[in-house]
Amino acid sequence: MSDLTRKTAAELAELMTSGQASSVEITQAHLDRIAAVDGDVHAFLHVDTEGALAQAKAVDSKRAAGEQLAPLAGVPLALKDVLTQEGVPTTAGSKILEGWKPPYDSTVVKRLKAAGIVILGKTNMDEFAMGSSTENSAYGTTHNPWDLTRIPGGSGGGSSAAISAYEAPLAIGTDTGGSIRQPGAFTGTVGVKPTYGGTSRYGLIALASSLDTPGPCARTTLDAALLHEAIAGYDPMDSTSINQPVPAVVEAARNGDVAGLRIGVVKELGGEGYQPGVEARFHEAVELLTKLGAEVVEVSCPHFEYALPAYYLILPSEASSNLAKFDAMRYGLRVGDDGTNSAETVTSLSREAGFGAEVKRRIILGTHALSSGYYDAYYGQAQKVRTLIARDFASAYEQVDVLVSPATPTTAFAIGDRIDDPIAMYKNDLCTIPSNLAGNAAASFPCGLADEDGLPVGFHVMAPVMRDDLLYTVGAALESALAEQWGGVLMTKAPELEVTR
Amino acid sequence: MTADVLTIDDALTQYDPVMGLEVHVELNTKSKMFCGCPTEFGAPPNTQTCPVCLGLPGALPVVNAKAVESAIKIGLALNCEIAEWCRFARKNYFYPDMPKNFQTSQYDEPIAFNGWTEVVVDGETYRIEIERAHMEEDTGKSTHVGGATGRIHGASHSLVDYNRAGIPLIEIVTKTIEVPPAKAAAVARAYVSMLRDLLLSLDVSDVRMDQGSLRCDANVSLKPHGSDVLGTRTETKNVNSFRSVERAITYEITRQAAVLSSGGKILQETRHWHEDTGITTSGREKSDADDYRYFPEPDLVPVAPSREWVEELRATLPEAPSVRRARLQEDWGFTDLEMRDVINGNALEPIVATIELGVTPAAAKKWWLGELARSANESGQDLDALGVGPAEVAEVQKLVDDGTLNDKLARQVFEGLLAGEGTPAEIIEKRGLALVSDDSALLEAIDRAIAANPDVVEKVNSGKPAAAGALIGAVMKDMRGQADAAKVRQLLNEKLGI
Repeated sequence: MSDLTRKTAAELAELMTSGQASSVEITQAHLDRIAAVDGDVHAFLHVDTEGALAQAKAVDSKRAAGEQLAPLAGVPLALKDVLTQEGVPTTAGSKILEGWKPPYDSTVVKRLKAAGIVILGKTNMDEFAMGSSTENSAYGTTHNPWDLTRIPGGSGGGSSAAISAYEAPLAIGTDTGGSIRQPGAFTGTVGVKPTYGGTSRYGLIALASSLDTPGPCARTTLDAALLHEAIAGYDPMDSTSINQPVPAVVEAARNGDVAGLRIGVVKELGGEGYQPGVEARFHEAVELLTKLGAEVVEVSCPHFEYALPAYYLILPSEASSNLAKFDAMRYGLRVGDDGTNSAETVTSLSREAGFGAEVKRRIILGTHALSSGYYDAYYGQAQKVRTLIARDFASAYEQVDVLVSPATPTTAFAIGDRIDDPIAMYKNDLCTIPSNLAGNAAASFPCGLADEDGLPVGFHVMAPVMRDDLLYTVGAALESALAEQWGGVLMTKAPELEVTR
Repeated sequence: MTADVLTIDDALTQYDPVMGLEVHVELNTKSKMFCGCPTEFGAPPNTQTCPVCLGLPGALPVVNAKAVESAIKIGLALNCEIAEWCRFARKNYFYPDMPKNFQTSQYDEPIAFNGWTEVVVDGETYRIEIERAHMEEDTGKSTHVGGATGRIHGASHSLVDYNRAGIPLIEIVTKTIEVPPAKAAAVARAYVSMLRDLLLSLDVSDVRMDQGSLRCDANVSLKPHGSDVLGTRTETKNVNSFRSVERAITYEITRQAAVLSSGGKILQETRHWHEDTGITTSGREKSDADDYRYFPEPDLVPVAPSREWVEELRATLPEAPSVRRARLQEDWGFTDLEMRDVINGNALEPIVATIELGVTPAAAKKWWLGELARSANESGQDLDALGVGPAEVAEVQKLVDDGTLNDKLARQVFEGLLAGEGTPAEIIEKRGLALVSDDSALLEAIDRAIAANPDVVEKVNSGKPAAAGALIGAVMKDMRGQADAAKVRQLLNEKLGI
């Protein structure tokens, strides 16, 4: 066990700045850790050993040459396999993209590279980010490092598992309905969904264009903020990108002062269907924030109860269209190309073989919802609900600065538990979906372990558009207060993984 | 079914045609609709592509502002309202030459709508209502290899060139066009021709029908005389010359009339126009049940052109064609009838260009209508396909003005130009057409004429100078027309002492 893998990104950066460790050493330590534990965890779909070490070496040379480097230069990171990285296999967890090497970098990857952040490899995910457990990955399920018989959450279970297994100090996720925050909650780590448009979607293989948001995963609030700052900001390649300065997230994470901050507890996100241990930790955290000087009130968001059905119309509708490009013509899996089949038949056979059951389910759902005669009743109606949810947020933010709720109704469930019950699976995202529909910023921070199962609970914070800094203010305050109780961040409570190799 | 087609006259005695025209215009922007790839025509296949126009996973579109500007200019020139806020939509269907398997287009929120324009046919002005002009992207281009017809049926494989994918298009859609039945096809042709001129004057497209930068789809249906019930329509795709527009519509009228009059039914379908045989054949069956599952494109933000910008663009528009026509008629001093002939002959723009080169309006009209339009008509070509342009016309007229040619000889020069015999100078040389300016040759001919016509000389001498005209005629005949009649008159008068 190398000490270097237990360090935070900020600490690693400091070690490099002060000359106590090189990026190559740090990168190698994490590659070793991956080799040691990923057989059990299966967080990674592809480990780019050569590429990562080459990047690390380049950073070390620049540092040796006295070049001015970005704050996280040389720190390793795990990248969700839904973002393109030039020349590195990118599958989005699907068979249909097996073997595809993108000819271009996503904007997030460009910015990571520009910041000198070392990309270790690509992490597992539910196929095309459709799922809450990674069980829908075409390449096997990722296991939760807290309990290997449990799911790590999804879709970005690979990214969150990687950081909670100390395989990487940082990871990139994408959040369409909770795919950063729910795995963050389930793995005792920090997961932030920035404001929609605050981080670029260019090179993010689209699930639902109007919802997808790349964001940071880390073990500490400050690390998440540092990574957030490195990837965020206006991108002319993404029309939905917001042309405004990045909120002062790092400053907020360093200060963490909630005195006078008005916090609204969302009435509708709690009660029936919520695990008692989850509710208990959530309310303790709210009390802690009150003690730190926050003003806490209850707030009602009456339309949140319609968020889930609206989401499951909008998402499949957009996905059915976004996934149409996978036709075996230009890249990816091609089945039945034997010289006798028509292009149409090859497309059909390839999609049949290349897409998993959940992907097909949502394509059919979305195709139906957009069909003439059904559009108004389904897609049209869902868009109206979306507007109502945005209004709920707007009126709540007239009363308070941020909203809070549990991140998930339960803790991590057992592998196989919900895979045959899509509705039970979808309900995982009850608390996280409204923020995607409204485009707001939101995050999950660790707030303790549930009494029933000893598994991590996530504290969910929601903030107005482009007030991502407020997330970090709350997260940092909570983190430092809880650290006094725990003697460190929650992750220090995680069981040691058996080193298999 | 008794006959494949009726004659157009027979068809129109029973049915009234109803038309709608959809014209696709490729804009001449330097880059594509949603990415920075160049748009140059004719580059090697798949060399002008990027992740965006190839629809690679993760790539995103960004709207080309110049294309929006062009769309607004076209909308304004067609007297459309310009949307204060509009969106792109996805038109979902699978086709191998469409990289994303949806076309980014506009659906119920076009940038321009509710317009009108006018065309003139046989001196009558017809108003054509414009339903909309919207922005979209072109698809790739499929080439089907190994079959006899070049169509997908029977081909062994297909090649796709994505250079064209993402080229900005404006689709201009008319409302239903109902004009006197006998004029329908001619009005359609005049409309497309007018659009071409309009788009050229706006400098928004190359408008090369031969390169596909202006493509016309013609919707045609028939209804029995006096009926209000619209018939089933067909959509004839990619008709690629003005003349073909007229021919294809005429053909569809005669074909549909034959089907209907023998008790058959028109299939709602797309049809292919065959330039060589002059017929349309059945393409893809199309029904109203075709469901493109349009929805607002979530990867793009709405387009909201400010009113100030729209007014700025309006101020840059060239004069409206009808206003311009009236002004030119007045400037040139043409009668209504003369102007009508010019318009019907599609000779307006060439005449303008010729006059700009220093030719008088009367002379320009004389050559363009008298020689070139007549010839184009006889050979079934479009006027601009003749290979004789304003520069040649001006050159010939200059030779007339300086006495090298007279009108009769000039006509022979045009004949040579149309036959591709070279430049005017070369044709004059080859055909030996220059006027005889040598006085001695003319004087000899005058002497011969006087000797041969003593009675005419007698009349002139007895105080009837007008009779000298017969002598001039005789001289011109003797010179085989290659003499300047004014010069002959001058020499003759001197000789006879008039």
